[in-house]
Amino acid sequence: MTESILVNIDDKEVAVPKGTLVVDAAKRVDNDIPVFCYHPKLDPVGMCRMCLVEVGTPLRDKETGEMMFEENGQPTINWMPNLQTACTMVVSDGMCIRTTTSQVTRARKDVVEFLLTSHPLDCPVCDKGGECPLQNLTMSHGSSESRFLLEEKMNIEKHVPLGDLIFLDRERCIQCARCTRFQDELVGDSVIGFDERGRSLQIITHSDPGFDSYFSGNTTDICPVGALTTTDFRFGARPWELAHTPSVCPHCPVGCNLHINTRRSGQDGNWSIKRVMPRQNEQVNEIWICDKGRFGHHFVNNSDRLTAPMVRRHGELVETSWDVALGLVSEKLQSSNGSIAGIAGERLSNEDLFAFRNLIQVNEGSVSQWPGLLGGGDLVQKVGVGVDTDLAKLGSDTAILVIASDLSEEAPLWWFKVRQAATKLGASLDKSRAALIVANARETKLDKIAKYCVRYNYGDEVRTILALSHAVSDGNTGIMGSIAANDNDDVIAAAKAISAAKNLIIIYGGEGQSYAASNALAQACSNLLIAKGNVGKKDNGLIPVWTHCNTQGAWDMGVKPAGVSATEFVADADVILLAGADPVGDGEPLPENSFVVVSELFKTKTAISADVVLPAQAFVEREGSYTTGDRRVQRFYPALPCSENVLPDWEIFQRIANEMGVGDVSAGPAAVMRQISLQVPQYRDISYENLAAVEEQWPDIGGEDSYYGGTGFQNTGGLGVQTLSLIESGFSVSPGDVDPIGLATGELLGVPVTVLYDRGSTFVKSEIMNSRISDPYIEINVGDALTHNVTDGDMVSLILNGKERELIARVSNDVPQGAVLIPRSMDGPMLRGVVPVNINTIDHGSKE
Amino acid sequence: MVTEIMKGLATTLKHAFQPRITIEYPEETRTVRPRFKGRHVLKRYENGLEKCIGCSLCAAACPADAIFVEASENTDAVRYSPGERYASVYEINMLRCIFCGYCEDACPTEAIVLEHDYELSYYDRESAIYVKDRLLVPSVEGSDITPMEVEKGEFDRAIPDMEDPS
Repeated sequence: MTESILVNIDDKEVAVPKGTLVVDAAKRVDNDIPVFCYHPKLDPVGMCRMCLVEVGTPLRDKETGEMMFEENGQPTINWMPNLQTACTMVVSDGMCIRTTTSQVTRARKDVVEFLLTSHPLDCPVCDKGGECPLQNLTMSHGSSESRFLLEEKMNIEKHVPLGDLIFLDRERCIQCARCTRFQDELVGDSVIGFDERGRSLQIITHSDPGFDSYFSGNTTDICPVGALTTTDFRFGARPWELAHTPSVCPHCPVGCNLHINTRRSGQDGNWSIKRVMPRQNEQVNEIWICDKGRFGHHFVNNSDRLTAPMVRRHGELVETSWDVALGLVSEKLQSSNGSIAGIAGERLSNEDLFAFRNLIQVNEGSVSQWPGLLGGGDLVQKVGVGVDTDLAKLGSDTAILVIASDLSEEAPLWWFKVRQAATKLGASLDKSRAALIVANARETKLDKIAKYCVRYNYGDEVRTILALSHAVSDGNTGIMGSIAANDNDDVIAAAKAISAAKNLIIIYGGEGQSYAASNALAQACSNLLIAKGNVGKKDNGLIPVWTHCNTQGAWDMGVKPAGVSATEFVADADVILLAGADPVGDGEPLPENSFVVVSELFKTKTAISADVVLPAQAFVEREGSYTTGDRRVQRFYPALPCSENVLPDWEIFQRIANEMGVGDVSAGPAAVMRQISLQVPQYRDISYENLAAVEEQWPDIGGEDSYYGGTGFQNTGGLGVQTLSLIESGFSVSPGDVDPIGLATGELLGVPVTVLYDRGSTFVKSEIMNSRISDPYIEINVGDALTHNVTDGDMVSLILNGKERELIARVSNDVPQGAVLIPRSMDGPMLRGVVPVNINTIDHGSKE
Repeated sequence: MVTEIMKGLATTLKHAFQPRITIEYPEETRTVRPRFKGRHVLKRYENGLEKCIGCSLCAAACPADAIFVEASENTDAVRYSPGERYASVYEINMLRCIFCGYCEDACPTEAIVLEHDYELSYYDRESAIYVKDRLLVPSVEGSDITPMEVEKGEFDRAIPDMEDPS
């Protein structure tokens, strides 16, 4: 606990922790010192001068060091001759601050007048108008007249695209540097910066494509004026016209809290999403979201959406009523004698998965998770990261080990938070940084911020952890020597860091691994954690980098991966039920003589070939809950009205069960959650009421007073509840056996990797992102490219899962020799692990 | 009693020869006072560009929630109004409007004006909604003048630069 000191702000005594800035100390007693450049998430710079206050310190006797007092017993205050910026000044014991004197009022008025010398008067057309700090502070502190001439305002460019996603209006910029500081300090992508000087100072981008950062949208939130706006929301609506709904991002296992703004359209009267904004949850996403979450919402109102149930008649899918469709499904299920296979996607909500599993189980069928690439969910339930762990706030007593995952691509906000822990000085000013250890077969963005990097060959993930564990226990790597002797030193150094650290968090991913291999990896990681005693408490434990938003929920609801392809899993089933899963589209065909029922959002390849297609609601059209990779159950709410002909998945399955006479239809998702809490032990304390509970968060961004400026949204939908791991619930967990998986061999190995901007059906439909989504490609090492006569940008052909594919080849130094990186969800067949590949260049014959 | 009857008839007789104050509406109509608040129109600048910039402040000011605005972005090739923003959808529900004139007061470009048309009656609710085409004043030459193609940078600011351009 840091020492607390007393300061006097406008004759009010306040006790604040040592190291607090004056502006934050004042905010604690609801004294809002106006700020533009200061942001509690960024280091102070004192650029805008808006926060000027009078500051005095108690006078002390030079010889004795004793405080001196006035005749009335009050300490003598030595007032500084000039006004000080409250955002850069750290409080000291007995400091006196005045914020209401005429000198301060005058200074604020002058600063606003000065900021407005060249700010255009276009509030009516500005997207920030209505939620603009400059507008607000001008109203409360500014003068109604200016001594500067209107004609002397700068007339500069108002329409400057910084890339395809963000627009800059140079006239409006007040040069607070919040955007550039965000990119430099917090993200580490220094792709925008200041150019020129004085009145010509302007923001420029120096990346190609412009503003190439996964977090670019956040700069428009923290911009205190309308200088930065997103292409998505540009002139979309005025802020006061929007409806607000709390939601949760459906794209990755982080579970960022979203705030969805909707409005009715004038063209057709339909509601649509106008913008997606972050919703504050300090434990999860703070006040940030990545661009995939912000702009990847357009799949919801896509013309490909299914609108009515369909059944196959004479070879054609024809629209029908729910009664007919569900009647047919229940009839088929009843006559199948348990020869039923159920495949549920990892992006369904907990309620859907629970209802799905119940329906299949009551009919004695078997269920599997889709795509189910990554194992270890049961281990996460046992030794998952401790409740209340905040990745961004880990200190020097913590080691973070990331293995087989490129966090920046797979879970951007975790990457963001791990980066804070590993690079940013602790908020408590003890200058502590967590030790980040990155183990991967190739160089990733994490390496730049890592303290230790361990390289292995694809397939050696488990052995690397075993070697690390060995080194942690007796100082040398044991079996590692026979695998990659050159990396021995790195392993020993990393092991030393792990041994020295009080806390240990292991984040494991599925890069280049089969289901069985990742299971073994998760077991090896768990064993290390258990052996070192780093389980069952805050800042310790296992975090899986799942491929979808609710993979953990699927494990918890008893929907586990089958470990084989969908084709193999359903081979003998007479009736196949699929929900939110598209195996056919991913190159895993279903048997032709089975009866296939699909519940889906879109006309996927699986849906087109099915016998019954049931239209399901998207996450913004309904209520539900997702469970994040760190086991936080979070609730989302309906933001858009939905046609009555489209149902939520859980209701579809419960209605089928009801039709068969083996279950009831719940009154709503809250009732399903009540059933879950009765049947799933980890969820026993979870209800829709406590998922919706909120508490005050510091700093209060987006509060009623919109103090810290920029656009932010308070959390009104609930902070979510983390489920306890088994070990936290008092069960003892012992290490399990690890079975290192045999490695695929071949001259070239195709390695499945995850990229953020993929061609998945929930993302590729956002047209705004199309310029950032790559055409299907592979990455190949420079040396291998030379041997196979491939140059950067060539079209090459590959045989994957028995099908020939044509892709663009990118030649890179970051790819290890002998590996071909094949991004997942790029319109191609799904790879379930490392496979030997052959590359052929395609000669189009037209070159002369 | 006879005198009372005679008095009454005299008054009637007197008025029979005075000038008429009623008119034969709708064949005849009376001109209204200059500040009369009738149906809204959306004005144009002299060069034909629409004054409305789609800022939606009229909708915000409207106490009856009668106005709906949706904005889009102008380009130099397809320009409706000066500046970056124009109203792609502009609707007033005349059944809701209470003719208070707050929209006029809120308008930063003096685009919306309550003019003198008071003949507002409809056979169905749908036709009580005045869409942009019905509200916008026709130009002198003809109504099909926006969008227009303009020189780059010629009209890239709306307020307060745009006064009446020649």
